[in-house]
Amino acid sequence: MITHLPILQVIVPLMSAPICLLLNRAKLVWLFSLLASGLAFVISILLLQQVMISGVISYELGGWQAPWGIEYRIDKLNAFLLLIISGISTVVLVAAQTSIEKEIPKDKHTYFYVLYLLSLTGMLGIVATGDAFNVFVFLEISSLSAYALIAMGQKRQALWASYQYLIMGTIGATFILIAIGLMYQMTGTLNMQDLSHRLPEVAQTRTVFVSFAFLIVGVCLKLAMFPLHLWLPNAYAYAPSIVTAFFAATATKVAVYLLIRFTFSIFGFSFSFATIPLQTLFMALGLIGIFIASATAIYQNNVKHIFAYSSIAQIGYMIVGFSLSTAAGLTATLLHMFNHALMKGAIFLALAAVIYRIGNVELNNLRGLGRQMPLTMAAIVTGGLSLIGVPLTVGFVSKWYLLTALVEQGWWPVAVLILLGSMLAVIYVWRIVEVAYFKAPLDENIKVKEAPVSFLIPIWTLVIANIYFGIDTRLSVQVAQGAAQSLFGVSP
Amino acid sequence: MLIGLFNYWIVIILMMIGLYIVIAHGNLIKKIIGLTIFQTSVFIFYISIAKVDGGTAPILADGITQYSNPLPHVLILTAIVVGIATTALGLSLVVRIKETYHSIEEEEIQQQDNEEQQSKNKAEESA
Amino acid sequence: MIDIVLLTFLIIIAVAIIRTKDSFAVVMLAGIYGLLSASFFVAMDAVDVAFTEAAVGAGISTLLMLVVISMTGRKEKPTRHKPLPALFIVIITGGLLIYGTLDMPHFGSEDAPIHNHTSPRYINDSMQEIGIPNIVTSVLASYRAFDTFGEVVVIFTAGIGVLTLLSVARTKNNDDEIESINDSMHRQHLVIRIVAKMLIPFIFLFALYVQFHGDFGPGGGFQAGVIFASAIILYAMLFGLVTARKVINQTFIQFIAALGVLIYGSVGAVSLMNGGNFLDYNVLSSNPITGQHLGILIIEWGVGCTVASVMVVIFFNFAGRRERKQHKKPSQDKESPIC
Repeated sequence: MITHLPILQVIVPLMSAPICLLLNRAKLVWLFSLLASGLAFVISILLLQQVMISGVISYELGGWQAPWGIEYRIDKLNAFLLLIISGISTVVLVAAQTSIEKEIPKDKHTYFYVLYLLSLTGMLGIVATGDAFNVFVFLEISSLSAYALIAMGQKRQALWASYQYLIMGTIGATFILIAIGLMYQMTGTLNMQDLSHRLPEVAQTRTVFVSFAFLIVGVCLKLAMFPLHLWLPNAYAYAPSIVTAFFAATATKVAVYLLIRFTFSIFGFSFSFATIPLQTLFMALGLIGIFIASATAIYQNNVKHIFAYSSIAQIGYMIVGFSLSTAAGLTATLLHMFNHALMKGAIFLALAAVIYRIGNVELNNLRGLGRQMPLTMAAIVTGGLSLIGVPLTVGFVSKWYLLTALVEQGWWPVAVLILLGSMLAVIYVWRIVEVAYFKAPLDENIKVKEAPVSFLIPIWTLVIANIYFGIDTRLSVQVAQGAAQSLFGVSP
Repeated sequence: MLIGLFNYWIVIILMMIGLYIVIAHGNLIKKIIGLTIFQTSVFIFYISIAKVDGGTAPILADGITQYSNPLPHVLILTAIVVGIATTALGLSLVVRIKETYHSIEEEEIQQQDNEEQQSKNKAEESA
Repeated sequence: MIDIVLLTFLIIIAVAIIRTKDSFAVVMLAGIYGLLSASFFVAMDAVDVAFTEAAVGAGISTLLMLVVISMTGRKEKPTRHKPLPALFIVIITGGLLIYGTLDMPHFGSEDAPIHNHTSPRYINDSMQEIGIPNIVTSVLASYRAFDTFGEVVVIFTAGIGVLTLLSVARTKNNDDEIESINDSMHRQHLVIRIVAKMLIPFIFLFALYVQFHGDFGPGGGFQAGVIFASAIILYAMLFGLVTARKVINQTFIQFIAALGVLIYGSVGAVSLMNGGNFLDYNVLSSNPITGQHLGILIIEWGVGCTVASVMVVIFFNFAGRRERKQHKKPSQDKESPIC
C-alpha cells in the first residue's frame, strides 16, 4: 500500500463523502469524517517523510504513462501543502459537531459533512496532481462545495456572499481553463512536467505570454489578492464558523500554491520573472494589499470581518515574498503559509466558540469576555500576537525570514514598509483586547461560560503549535527551505 | 494569411459578450446566463483547436486515416458537466436569494444590505 | 464555411441576449445558443461533445432556468447598468486574447503541436490498448479516467449543494394539499399524459442504448444519465411532483447518487488490490483487453447512476420549492411556462 500513498491521500476523503451520505446519522457521520480526515493527515505525514528521504514520487493513474495518462507528482512543495491542509482539516473537524449544532439545522448536518469532505478532497486533489487539466477539475470540486458550505450560514447575507463568490470564482476558473487551453495548444501536452520541458521552445510566442497572463489573473481571483479580493470578506464573515476556520486556514494557501507551481515549476523562473515584470507588479500589489486591507480591518465592527481583512493583508506578505523570486523569499512565503494556517485556524476556531456561547461576534458584545471565557480569549490574543509578529510566536519566524530575504536583496524600503504594516495589525488586535479585557460586560447578570472542551482541545492544539513552531523552527524551516530550493533547482 | 485565425476571433468576441453580461448586468439570472455563454464559448474554442482539415470524428473506422484530435473533446465533455453543475448551484442560490431578499436585482440586494448595516451601526452608536 | 455561418448566428443570439429584457425570452435564446453550439460541435467532428451540449445547454439548463424564472418573475428591471467599466474590462481581456491568437497555429492545420505530441498515440494505439473504436470513450474512460472520476464527483457535489440549499422537510399534510393543486392543474392535459405514458418506456430504452453504445458511437454514461433523468422529469411534470416522488423517493435517489461515485471508486480500489495502480483496468482480468472492457463498462454505469439521480434531485428540489411557494401564495404566478 505504501506505493499507493499519493492516490490514497485524495481517494480516502473522496470515497468517504458518499459513504457519509449513506450513513446519514449526524454523530456517526461526524466521527466518520473525522476518521477520514485523520487518515488523510497520517498519509500526508508519511508522504512528507518519504519525499524528504527519497525525493519526488510519481504515481501514474490508470497505469498510463504520463503525458498520456494523468500523473500524481509529489515533491517537497506539495507534500508540505498536503500536510497543512489535512492537518488543519482534522483539527477543525474536532470542534465541528458542537459548533454546527447551534448554527445549522439538524436535517442538513449530513450534507454539511459530505460537502466538507468534498471540499477537502478538492484541495488535496489540486495540490497532489501533476496534470494541468486535472487541477481545473479538482478546483471545481473544491469551489462548488465551498459555495454550498458558505451559503449554509445563518444570515441571508451568506446567500448573497456565496452568489458573489460563485460568480467571481467561476470567472477565475474559466480564465484558468482558457490559459490551460492556450498552453495545450502550443505544446500539445497537459502534464506539468512535460509542459515545463516543452514551454521553453515556444516561450517567445505571444500566445504563451497571454496564457501566462490569464493564468495569473485566474489564480489571483481565487487567491483574493488585492485588488481582486472583494468576494472574500463577506464570504468568510457570513459562512458557518467552522467553515470559516477551515477555509481561512487552507483555501487561499491552495491558490498561493498554484501560483508558485505555475510560475516556478511550469513556466519556469526565468520566463516568469525575466520576460514579464512580475516582480515589480506583485511587490507593489502585495504592499498595497497589506496596507489597504489592514487599514480596513481597523474600521470593522464585526470580529470575523476584522480577521477576514487581516487574511487579505497576510496574503500580501506571501505575495511580497513570492515576488522576490529568490529561494529565501520563497522560503518566507512557504513558512508564512504554514504559520498563517496555524494562526487563523486558532483565531477562527476561537471565534466559533464565542459564537457558540453568545451567538455573534460583534465587537461590542465581546465586552468583558476576557474574564468570562479566559481560555478562548487567550487563544485569540495569542493568535493576534502571532499576526503582529511578536517573538516566540510563529508569526515572528515568518516575518523574520521575509525581512532577511528583503534585506539580502537590498530592498530596505520595502522591509521598513512591512514593519509599518505590522503596526496596523497592532491596532486592530488591540481593539479586540481592549474590549474584551478592559470593558465591563454589557450585563453583569448574564453569566457566559467558558467554551466546551470540544472547542478548547482543537483551539489549544493550534495555539500550542503556534508557540512551539515559534520556538523550535527546525522542522518547518527545513521543509520550507527544501521545497523552495528544489524549485530553484538547487539541491539543499 | 490571417484568415486562418478568423474563427478564433469570432470565438473571442463570443467569450467577451458573455463576460460583459456577467459584469454589466444586475439581474442575477442574466448574470448566470452570461456565465454560461462565457463558458460555452471557451468550449467552442477548445473544440476549434481540435479540428484537423479533412479529418473526421474520432471514431475508428476502416479506410479513414485522418481524425480530429480526441483529447480536447474529452476535456470539454468534463468541462460541460462542470458548467451545468455550477449553473444548477448558482440558480438554487438565486431561488434562495429571491425568497429572503424578495429581489433578484444586484442593486436592490446591495441596498438592503447597506441599510441593514447602517441601522446596526446607529444602534451601536446610541448604545 | 458552415462553421463561420454558425458562429455568426451565435454572435447574433448573444447580442440579442444582451438587449432582451424579458427573462423568458432570454432563457429561450440561451437554449438556442446551446443548440447552435451543439451544431457547431458536429461541424467540428466532436459528436460526443455535441450530444452532451445539446442535452445540457439546450435541455437541462433551459429547463432549470424556466423553473427559476417561474419563481422569480420574468422582468429584468432597468437598473443602472455599469456598461463603461464592464466595457473597459472586456475590451482589455478580448484585446489580449486576440493578441495571443497571432502566434497560434492556424485553424485546422495538421502540423499544430496538439496533433503531433500526445494525440497520435490515442489515435493509433487505442485499438490495441483498449480495444474499442470510439477514441473519445477510450481517452475519457481509460487514459484520463481520473478526470472523469473528478467530473462525477463535481456533479455529485452540485447535487448535494442543491439539496442543502433547497430541500425542505416534507410533511404528509403539506403533500396532500400540493397534490390537490396538482390534480386540478393536470387534469386538462389528458392527451399529453397518455402520449407521455407511451413515450416514457421508449425514452428509458433509448437511455439504455446510449449507455451501452458509448464504445462504438457517441454516447456513454453521462448522456444516458441525462436522458434517463429526462424521462423521470417528464413524468413529474405531467403527473405532478408528489406522484413522481411516490414512485421514486428522495432517500432512494440520494442513495443512487452516492452509489454511482462508490461504483466508480470501487473499480479503482479493485485495481489497487489486484496489484495495479488506481483505475488500472488491465489488472481486472487476465486478458488486458477484457479488463479494459470490463472497467469501462462498470465506470460508465457509475457515471450514469450519479448523473441521472443528481439531475432528478436537482429538478425535484427546484420544482418542490416552486410548488411550495405556489401553495403559499396561490394567487400569484399562474402563467408559469412549464405547465
